[in-house]
Amino acid sequence: MRTLPKIQEIARGVLAGDRRSIARAITTIENNSPKAQELITSIFPHTGNAHVIGLTGPPGSGKSTLINKIIREYRRKGKTVGVIAVDPTSPFTGGAFLGDRIRMQELSTDQGVFIRSMATRNYLGGIAKATKNAAKVLDAAGKDIVIVETVGAGQSEVEIIKVAQTIVVLFAPGLGDEIQAIKAGIMEIADIFVVNKADRTNADKAVMDIQAMLQLNNKEKMWKPPLLKTTALTGEGVSQLIEKIEEHRLFLEKEFERKRSREKAEAELVEAIKEKVASSIIEELKREGKLEEFLQKILEKKMDPASIAEKLLNKKFGKQI
Amino acid sequence: MQNQRKIRVLIAKPGLDSHDRGAKILARALRDAGMEVIYTGLKQTPEQIVETALQEDVDVIGLSILSGAHKTLFPMIMELLKQKGLTDVLVVAGGIIPEEDVPEMKKLGIKGIFGPGTRTDEIIQYIFENVPKRI
Repeated sequence: MRTLPKIQEIARGVLAGDRRSIARAITTIENNSPKAQELITSIFPHTGNAHVIGLTGPPGSGKSTLINKIIREYRRKGKTVGVIAVDPTSPFTGGAFLGDRIRMQELSTDQGVFIRSMATRNYLGGIAKATKNAAKVLDAAGKDIVIVETVGAGQSEVEIIKVAQTIVVLFAPGLGDEIQAIKAGIMEIADIFVVNKADRTNADKAVMDIQAMLQLNNKEKMWKPPLLKTTALTGEGVSQLIEKIEEHRLFLEKEFERKRSREKAEAELVEAIKEKVASSIIEELKREGKLEEFLQKILEKKMDPASIAEKLLNKKFGKQI
Repeated sequence: MQNQRKIRVLIAKPGLDSHDRGAKILARALRDAGMEVIYTGLKQTPEQIVETALQEDVDVIGLSILSGAHKTLFPMIMELLKQKGLTDVLVVAGGIIPEEDVPEMKKLGIKGIFGPGTRTDEIIQYIFENVPKRI
C-alpha cells in the first residue's frame, strides 16, 4: 500500500516549496480525491503572486521547445518557474503519452524549476480539468512564473483564458493561409502572437498573414497584441518575447488586472456552481435509483437531455428558476 | 465525486545508448492499456530520472538499457530513490540484462526484469498486478 501523508501535511509542504508535496498535491487534484477541495481551500489564500502564462498553438508549432528556452531566460533573471504541460488522453483507452517534457528534460534537475506533465483526461478546451488548480499549487509553492502549455490547439481550444493572465499564441510557417488567420477562436485570445521557426523560408508569409488580420482589429483596444518571431531551437527572439510578456504583465497590473481578475473569479464561481449542482442532482438520482430511468428515456428518444435537466432543476429549486 | 485515479508510468533511458525503439513501443503499449506514460528521452542521468519521477509523481518507473551499464547505473538510481523517499514506486527494467546479473538486480529491488522477446501484454499484466495501491 502507498500511504499518502495527511492532506494538511501536503498543504504545508506545498507552501514551504517542498517538491514531493507539490507533486502529491497535483496528483490529489488530478485524481479528484475526496480531500482535493480541502487542499485547495488551504492553499488558496497563498496564491496570486505568480504570473501565469498560457502558451497555445497547433501541434508541432514548437511550444515545448520554446518553453524550454523561456524557462532558461527566466532562470537567468533569477526567477523560479513551474510548468504544466498538457497532452491529450485517448478517448478510446483512457491512456495518454505525455511527451512535452522531453524538450525540457535538461532542466529537470534545476531546483528552481518544476515541470509536470498532465493528460486532459477527456476534458475539452485544450487543458485538463485539474490544470487551473494545479497552477494554483505551483503559485502557492512560490514559483514566480507558471507556464501552462495547452494540447496542440486548433481553433476553439480557448479554455486557457480561464487559467492564464498572459496568453501567447504560437504559429509556425506553412500551417495555413490568411483564411486561417481570419477565423475566430484562438486568434482572438492572444495577448502576444509568435511565429516560431522563423528561420524557415516561408516565415515572413505567416507573419504577413497575421499582421494583415491584426490591422483589421483596430477597435479601441488598450493592449494591442504584438507579433514576434522566434526560433525556439536556437533561442533567437526569446528574450524579446520575455520582454513583451513582462510589458503585458505591467499593463495588466496597471489597467486591467482588477477587471480581468473579476471575470476570472466570476468564471470560477460559475464553474464551481455548475459542478456542485450537477453532482448533487446526479448523486440524488443515484440514491433514489432514478438515474437509469432517465438515461433510458434519452436512449429511447422519449425525452431530450435538456428537458430532463429543466425538470430536475424545477424539482430541486421550485418553478421560479 | 468520482475518483479518477490513473496509473502513471515513467519510461526512462539511463546511460549512453541511443536505442529506444523498445522503450517507445512499450510506452505506446502502456498508453493503450489505459496508463499515463511519460518518456524522458535519451541519455538520462540517474539524477534526472529520479527527479522526473518525483515531479511527475509516478507509480511505476520502467528503465530501458542496452549499453551494459546497468550494474553501475541501476544501483545509483535505486539509492537516489531511497534518498528522496520514493520507496513505494514500482521499478521494472528491460533491454539487455544478462541472466547472471538478474539476481543482483533483484536484490536491488528491481523485481520485474524483461529481456528481449518479452510480450508487451506480459509487462502490462505485471504492472497491473504489482503497482502499489495508493490509499
